[in-house]
Amino acid sequence: MDIHFLAATMMELLSAAPLTLLLFLLSSACGGLLALVITWMRIAENPLLSSFAKTYIFVFRGSPLLIQIFLIYYGLAQFDIVRGGPLWPYLREPFVCAVIALSLCTAGYTAEILRGGLRAIPVRDIEAARSIGMSGFLLFRRIIAPLTLRAILPSYSTELVLMVKSTALASIVTVWEVTGVAQRISSETYRVFEVFSCAAVIYLTLNFVIIQMMALLEFKLSKHHCPMA
Amino acid sequence: MQASPRLKLVDIHKSFGTFEVLKGVSLEANDGDVISLLGASGSGKSTFLRCINLLELPNRGEVWLDGEKLEIHERRGHAVIGSQKQIDRVRSQLSMVFQTFNLWSHMTVLQNVIEGPIHVMKRPRAESIEEAEALLEKVGLADRRNAYPAHLSGGQQQRAAIARALAMKPKVMLFDEPTSALDPELVGEVLRVMRKLAEEGMTMIVVTHEMGFARSVSNRIIYMKDGQVDCSGTPQEMFSDNGPASFNRFVGASDDEIGAARAR
Repeated sequence: MDIHFLAATMMELLSAAPLTLLLFLLSSACGGLLALVITWMRIAENPLLSSFAKTYIFVFRGSPLLIQIFLIYYGLAQFDIVRGGPLWPYLREPFVCAVIALSLCTAGYTAEILRGGLRAIPVRDIEAARSIGMSGFLLFRRIIAPLTLRAILPSYSTELVLMVKSTALASIVTVWEVTGVAQRISSETYRVFEVFSCAAVIYLTLNFVIIQMMALLEFKLSKHHCPMA
Repeated sequence: MQASPRLKLVDIHKSFGTFEVLKGVSLEANDGDVISLLGASGSGKSTFLRCINLLELPNRGEVWLDGEKLEIHERRGHAVIGSQKQIDRVRSQLSMVFQTFNLWSHMTVLQNVIEGPIHVMKRPRAESIEEAEALLEKVGLADRRNAYPAHLSGGQQQRAAIARALAMKPKVMLFDEPTSALDPELVGEVLRVMRKLAEEGMTMIVVTHEMGFARSVSNRIIYMKDGQVDCSGTPQEMFSDNGPASFNRFVGASDDEIGAARAR
């Protein structure tokens, strides 16, 4: 066990960890917001809106994230209209493309998680709210949102963990996050096992923190389930 | 005797698909009336009750509260609420108590009771809490104010639901088989609360199978059969030996030993 090598590798990988974290946080935030819009469209009465949402969810759940990243980073650059357009300074950046791809992907999965959460709300609770004159945004804010949030926490924590792991794919398009740096070190030193073990530890640590935070949130929101004090 | 009734339903028809549940039912309620809706399962009594606050939308017919007609429009073949603002305002004056209690599971008893006054009626928080605690005292749940519904017995949950309904200061209270989901021991505590409300002059429309309650607390009984009003009258008229034959058959058929003991 070459402790010096392990330590040096770990330090170098840790310097890339903030970029992994940034990729994760940005894409989860943007993807989450987009998912709210997609879910709203999915459950709308208007057939145009719901078909668009269904197609979106199908495309982004049904195709590999890797291919989505390729299409956005390499594929879009193929078109003159993109290269000449106002967004090009952003669309040529690998980091931006990675965030876009990750956000679009997580939005598809999260929209279905949200829809499942909405279906899990007992009709009784909503009828009780309607029967005292609640409707619209008030009903959503006081009854639907809190109950949906409690229902989706287990599934959404899985989605967040998947997102952390998906950031590793950004390395394919030259983003120097943890996996990218690990690939570089391992190709320079040929010590594949040690290098990627260190990388795995970093991802495991990140996911451990996220899982604990979600578990704490679940615990705080489940006082109504706990046995009587 | 007031000139126009507090609540009026005219010729209500309701179908679910091709199945016609309500075939023209009307009702008038004045202030202080306690009307029991009795009938076999499937006679349409719960559906009719739910048409009062438009949780079910009648395909035909009119609903009037305090001389105001509820707007019901037709869109693509089925009935929809005409004005959400109007129905929200009207619903806040008509409280409903459900068979399955329907308390919000993520809120404590107290939070359930103050939810309506604070967020729908926009009353100040301190005042709402004070009134809520008085109501919980009235239904006998003062010591359970910080419990969650999952920690309460059925009878306690239903009493909390009644307190929640009362917090809205309703003009008319609607009860949809309030004791049907309760064990026999717990039925009594809920009926006691309902009797107290009736004695205080609350206008109540109660769908129930509790013959004893219908007989001793209500001032009018409506017997429904196959989606129509079969007969109606005061408890004395309905339960007497000379009363309507169909109703007596219904009471006799649904009477078991316990029911008979309660009805006396």
